[in-house]
Amino acid sequence: MSLLEIRNLHAEVDGHPILQGIDLTIEAGQVHSIMGPNGSGKSTLAQVLARHETYAVTGGQILFNGKDLLAMKPEEAAGEGIFLAFQYPVEIPGITNAYFLRSALNAVRRCRQLDEIDAMDFLPLFREKLKQLEMDEKLLNRSLNEGFSGGEKKRNEILQMSMLEPKLAILDETDSGLDIDALRIVAGGVNAMRDPGRAFIVVTHYQRLLNYIVPDFVHVLVNGRIVRSGGPELALELEETGYAMAGAGSESGERA
Amino acid sequence: MSAISASAYLQAYLAGFGEFEKLAAGRDLPWLHALRGDGFARFCEAGFPTTREEDWRFTSVAAIAQGSFPLARPGAMPSPSQLEGWRMKDAACELVFVGGRFAPALSRMPELPAGVQAGSLAAQIAENPASLEPFLGRYLDFRRDAFCALNTAFLEDGAYVRIGRGAVLERPVHLLFVSLAGAEPQMSNPRNLVVAEENSQAAIVEDYVSLGPSADFCNTATELVAGDNAVVSHYLLEREDTQAFNFSTLRIEQGRDSSVASHSLLLGGAIVRNNVHAVLAGQGGECLINGLFAGYGRQHLDNYMRVEHARPHCSSRQFYNGILGDHARGVFHGRIIVHPDAQKTDAKQTNRNLLLSDDAQIDTKPQLEIYADDVKCTHGATIGQIEPDALFYLRSRGLDEQAARRMLLLAFASECLDRMREESVRGHVDAMIRQGLFAPGGATKELL
Repeated sequence: MSLLEIRNLHAEVDGHPILQGIDLTIEAGQVHSIMGPNGSGKSTLAQVLARHETYAVTGGQILFNGKDLLAMKPEEAAGEGIFLAFQYPVEIPGITNAYFLRSALNAVRRCRQLDEIDAMDFLPLFREKLKQLEMDEKLLNRSLNEGFSGGEKKRNEILQMSMLEPKLAILDETDSGLDIDALRIVAGGVNAMRDPGRAFIVVTHYQRLLNYIVPDFVHVLVNGRIVRSGGPELALELEETGYAMAGAGSESGERA
Repeated sequence: MSAISASAYLQAYLAGFGEFEKLAAGRDLPWLHALRGDGFARFCEAGFPTTREEDWRFTSVAAIAQGSFPLARPGAMPSPSQLEGWRMKDAACELVFVGGRFAPALSRMPELPAGVQAGSLAAQIAENPASLEPFLGRYLDFRRDAFCALNTAFLEDGAYVRIGRGAVLERPVHLLFVSLAGAEPQMSNPRNLVVAEENSQAAIVEDYVSLGPSADFCNTATELVAGDNAVVSHYLLEREDTQAFNFSTLRIEQGRDSSVASHSLLLGGAIVRNNVHAVLAGQGGECLINGLFAGYGRQHLDNYMRVEHARPHCSSRQFYNGILGDHARGVFHGRIIVHPDAQKTDAKQTNRNLLLSDDAQIDTKPQLEIYADDVKCTHGATIGQIEPDALFYLRSRGLDEQAARRMLLLAFASECLDRMREESVRGHVDAMIRQGLFAPGGATKELL
């Protein structure tokens, strides 16, 4: 059984079709990159996988670990092991990072039938991750993402990911707006999580990130369809030729 | 209001005032006698306001005007055990008032640092009225506001706190105003005077509670005078029974380079009006007015702010968050007045509201009146529901919808905590917010 199977997925927002027949199969241990021009549906796909209700699925099927993902609420998907690193992490004043993350961790642990973690055990773990991502320990008690720089927000997403230990992590343009140092740190955080039991979908606009997180497969999304799939070399080719060329060659797309 | 009903309640208040004056503390002091007389005359002239008056457009006080509220008499006292849940840990001292009167047996009065005095206003009137004369009634605008006029007419007891020059009181002064459960509603008019002299520092907590079902009318007024370079925090905590009426005015007078914070938390009461009127009367003063109001059922919570910048280089900040469920109604009326002399004023006002039900209502009215030309003033108000994006973000991390909503609500409510300097009071208020928001049947029952 594959970790994720997307079959002929169609989705729309406010009556506008965005995804128009996505097929994608991902096995545990793999890293897939999804590239494409603005408006091609990359973020929509990421949001649908995380079960955002704004996106209406109008056709197709998604199986996650053999279970019907489209029947799940966002929190159920998280419990099953889906994690979305947001393109624009939400700022929430008044909730500290530590409080939020411990609540989230315990929610997914309950779902996975694991014991809850108390503050005593949680804090050392949190501190270790902060250090790993070169984040200031003061962030522990600061409000969730509030006043964070772009780089801090993205690192915070990776920190949450590493605490919640998903089976499938989706990084939605996590590299956008990062300087090279932050990019290296974020990529380091992701690479440290690579594991035979875990898969990643790396959504990006730029090839640069893929120098640091080397994917097993690259897919090109244009107008809501995967128009080409290939190995890491495809990303380099796109950097040279642009998406128009990639899309022009093949309408039907290939499967990974 | 018709002339007939107005004169009907005035008759009752006139009789009450006549009786009160005969026995009131300091009745032989000419200045105090005159002050009370002025207050009562002004109250009779003005009468209770109607919604035709701009400052009362959103709040009807007909329930007070038409109700009967005899003056609370000294009588039944709660047992100390009844007060246990309401006390505050870590207070420098705790003054308990029952029906507006100081109750020494229930109060905790350890020795205070040199230069600090906290006690009953009635006792101070009896013992050293000369210390009060320069302050009492000098600041409160009782000519403009009928409730302040009424309070001034019946002025007798409450707290008197003086922080002497250079004195620093590290822990807060807790003033606990208790209303007993009673069949017949009563009126009390607590009057507080806080004088913080030059370079002093203190925190005062006014806390209004009911010990059972109560429809009392508490009409309270506080004059807070902050001397040059003084640092003062004032807290108003309203957590009375949801049948009770609470009208309060905090009048702040700030000297040069003083810093005053007013924090208010309105959780209880049927009709609540909290007036904060600050005058920045010395150069370089700083004023923070910070509040949270959360209502449910048919509660009506009105916040009326008036900040006057009278001198240059002063800054003021107003932050108010409101949460309203069921049929509750909230009002935020914030006014910033910048007088001609107040150049380099920096004033900001923000009111954010969350409505949890279709029937909840908020009226928000930020107002700027600027008569100086070199100033920076901003204001803004928002009304909304819980942010869907924030909700999704939390749910995507595994929190179920209810837990996520609770977390967002608590976060919104807790914003006021970050602005509170005194850690011990912050903890007290934090617990109160959690209890108030998530009590069974409370503001957020829609979410539970």
